[in-house]
Order: sequence, then structure tokens, then C-alpha cells
Amino acid sequence: MNYLEHIGKYFIMLKQVFTRPQRTRVFKEAFFREIDELGLKSIGIISFISFFIGGVIALQTALNLEGPLIPKSLIGFAAKRSIILEFAPTFCSIILAGKVGSYITSSIGTMRVTEQIDALEVMGINSLNYLVLPKVIATILFYPFLIILGMFLGIFGGWTAGALSGIFTSVDYIAGIQIDFQPFLITYALIKTLVFAFLIATIPSYQGYYVKGGSLEVGKASTKSVVWTIVAIVFANYFLTQMLLT
Amino acid sequence: MIEVQNLHKGFGDVQILKGISATFEAGKTSLIIGQSGSGKTVFLKSLIGLHTPEKGKVIYDGRVNTEFSIEQKRQLRQELGMVFQGSALFDSLTVEEDVMFPLKMFTKKPVDEMLDRVNVVLKRVNLENSNKKFPAELSGGMQKRVAIARAIVMNPKYLFCDEPNSGLDPQTAIVIDNLIQEITDEYLITTVINTHDMNSVMEIGEKIVFLKNGYKAWEGTNKEIFKTDNEAVVDFVYSSNLFKKVREAYLNETK
Repeated sequence: MNYLEHIGKYFIMLKQVFTRPQRTRVFKEAFFREIDELGLKSIGIISFISFFIGGVIALQTALNLEGPLIPKSLIGFAAKRSIILEFAPTFCSIILAGKVGSYITSSIGTMRVTEQIDALEVMGINSLNYLVLPKVIATILFYPFLIILGMFLGIFGGWTAGALSGIFTSVDYIAGIQIDFQPFLITYALIKTLVFAFLIATIPSYQGYYVKGGSLEVGKASTKSVVWTIVAIVFANYFLTQMLLT
Repeated sequence: MIEVQNLHKGFGDVQILKGISATFEAGKTSLIIGQSGSGKTVFLKSLIGLHTPEKGKVIYDGRVNTEFSIEQKRQLRQELGMVFQGSALFDSLTVEEDVMFPLKMFTKKPVDEMLDRVNVVLKRVNLENSNKKFPAELSGGMQKRVAIARAIVMNPKYLFCDEPNSGLDPQTAIVIDNLIQEITDEYLITTVINTHDMNSVMEIGEKIVFLKNGYKAWEGTNKEIFKTDNEAVVDFVYSSNLFKKVREAYLNETK
């Protein structure tokens, strides 16, 4: 199957996903289960990575911006911009594509190879709507909070790195993060997050839903789903930046 | 009653079903037998609508599958119960939740009522006190019983079983066979079973359809299968020495 066929099949899948759920109470249960699996269980890794990468960004900036004419507040400013514009929305989404994407593909793929999806279809259930829609809604609603948490912890990590190393002062850093605050940049980051969240939920679902074979193929599909989700995120990041910031 | 007329199904260049016609009567257990690759599973999946036949009709009590709207198709599927070869229980749900699932999806009953119905069917398959267990905590036989309970929880008119005895010891296999037979008699269900198990053929085969290379090669009852001189059936059913001897003894007795 060539790429165009895959893209076509992906959009046909989306058409079936975005239908009205057959039972609201079943949808609600599935939605809260997905919030837990895809959202709450990702808080740990996002917090850990954001904090330390934020620290590294601040240290790298400080070490590369040495000069008597460069104000120290620039470190905080540069760290804030990097974290809000790219690190939190894009880098965190790539991490989520790995963590959540492989989970989605392997769970749906296992359901496919063990005939659980056939069982849903035989019952008269729209399996794509039942399995994928709660994931899409959960990621779209929850990931903006996760990314905002990433932004906060990244900036906090930068401050902590400075305070512990003594390379820059808290006063300079805090003054830096207050310079030229543009609310649109947060909006831009959140728009990107929504698009990435959609890709993180749907591409791995596609890979898992149409898997054929056994456990080996499920494993291969998981790898493929992570790769393609990252590729899609990188492309979307480029086009969204072009559209929203230029 | 299910009537199948001239069913054709293929994948790519490979034709699996080459014009199969058969009738499965209500309140009876019909078996589909045949070698691996003879088209049994494709036939069963075409009956329940998981595969769309290229040609031919499946008529469920006068309702023709090719004339169904999406809503009618969904409605019909609520009248079907299916026991899959690997049970196909939902891993993330407990036994109770698994059996309750179709009720939650298709009825507006309060939880208490649904729970009562779940307990009735679990009792019917002799599986009490396992409500809170997950599929991974159950034996193969218990999983099959949960699958049967889930298949009958909506009081289906049609029950389909794909190799219900595969992977089970002979004693448990007989328990499952008897259970399916009892449920069929009790609720007057049209039951169609795909099987390789010759004990099932002898015990519960009120009607047997033998498939070979995508064609229907023979049909009859479990009494007639002893007497048939159809070479393909004899070669398949009496391939083991034990069954050859059983057949000889039966034929000598009825001479």
C-alpha cells in the first residue's frame, strides 16, 4: 500500500471516528479512563523532563551569552521564549508521541489480533468511534494543561539551575522572564498543542486498528506509529509556525 | 432460520467460498466442519457480516442481508451472539463488566437490573463467584463460558461459535458442547458452530455441513455421517483409527 492510500484510509477512518457515540454513559466511562491512561499517567515524565531540560536550556544560554554588553536578564528571556515556543509544545509532544503513541497502537492492535474488535463489530458497535473518539477528546482536552505544566516547570527548572549553580542570579532570571510578554505566543503554543494532541491520538490508533497478523506485527506497528507521529508533528510544527508567526 | 444462497467470497485473486448454499434451522445446532483452509471461518464471518460476500445472500428469518440499511444491519447484529475462537474477552474489563457490556450499549436498564441479568447468565454457564475477575485470571474453559454468557446476555436469536472447543481438554470440551446445546434448546436459538472436534460432530451435530476447498461437499445429520459413503467426508471424519473403529462398530450394530 502506498502513502497516498494510507492517507486516504486514515481520513476514511476519521469519518467513522467522528460520529455520535452510541451510548453517552459508555462514552463518558471510556473518556475518563483515557484521561487517566493518556493524561494523568503522563504527568510524571513531562514534569521530570520539563524541569531538567528547562535547567539545561538556562545553563546553555548563560554559558553562550557571555559578554560585558549582554544583560544577564537575557538568559531568562531566551529560556522563557525557547520553552514556551518550542520546548513545551513540540518537544513534550514528541515525548508523548513515544509514550502514548506506542500504548495506543499496542492496545488497539492487540484488540485487533485477539478478535476483540471483531467482537465489538458483531455486537453492532462502531468500534472506531468507541475506541478512538474518547482518546482524541481526552488528549485534546488534557494536553494543553500538560503543556502549560511543562512550560511552568521548564521555566522553574531554569531558575533552579541558576540558583544552584550561581551562574546567574534569581533577580536577573525573573526580570528576564518578565520582558516582552506576548500572550499570543502562549496561544500559538496551545494551538500547536491541540494539533499535536490530535495527531498523537489518531495516527497510532490508525496503525493499531488496521494491523494484521500477530504480536510481532503489533510491535512493528507500534514502532511505525511512533515514527510517523513524530514525522507528522515535525511537519505540522513547521507549517503552523509559518502560518501563525510569519 | 438462516438461509444461505450461493455465497461467494474471495481475497484478492484467491477465491475462498465458491457458491455455498445451506439452511440452518431455528432451535437446532448446526455444525460446519472441514479441513483447515476449507473456508469455514470465512463462511462464518460472512454469515455474521464481518466479511461482505461478493455474491449470494444470507437470509435471516426472511430478512435479506444485501437489502439492509445501516440501521437494519445494526439492529440485526443485536440479535446475534458470537463466541470467538480465542474468546475475545475485553482484557481491561472484569467478567461482570464484559458480560454487561452489550446491555450497557443497547439497553437503558438501570445498573441493578443489568447486574441481575448478568448474574442469571453467569449462573446459566456455571460461572458464579468470578464476577470481579479479569480474563487473564481465568482458565481457557472459564473464558469460553464467559464468552458464551456475553453472547447470550441479550437473548440472541442466532448464536455463532467459532471453534468453541479449541485448546480445551476433552472433558471441558464436552461441558462446553452440552452447554451450547442446552442453551440452543432452551431459547430456541439458531446455532451455527465451526468445529474440528469430532466429539462435537457425534454429540451435538443435529445438522452438519462439510466444506471442502470452498464448496459444500456434503450435508446431513450426525446419524447420517456414520453411513455416508462420501469419500471426502469419510477421509476427513474417520481419519483416526479410533473413529474408523467407532464407525465400523456403529455400522455392524445397525446392520
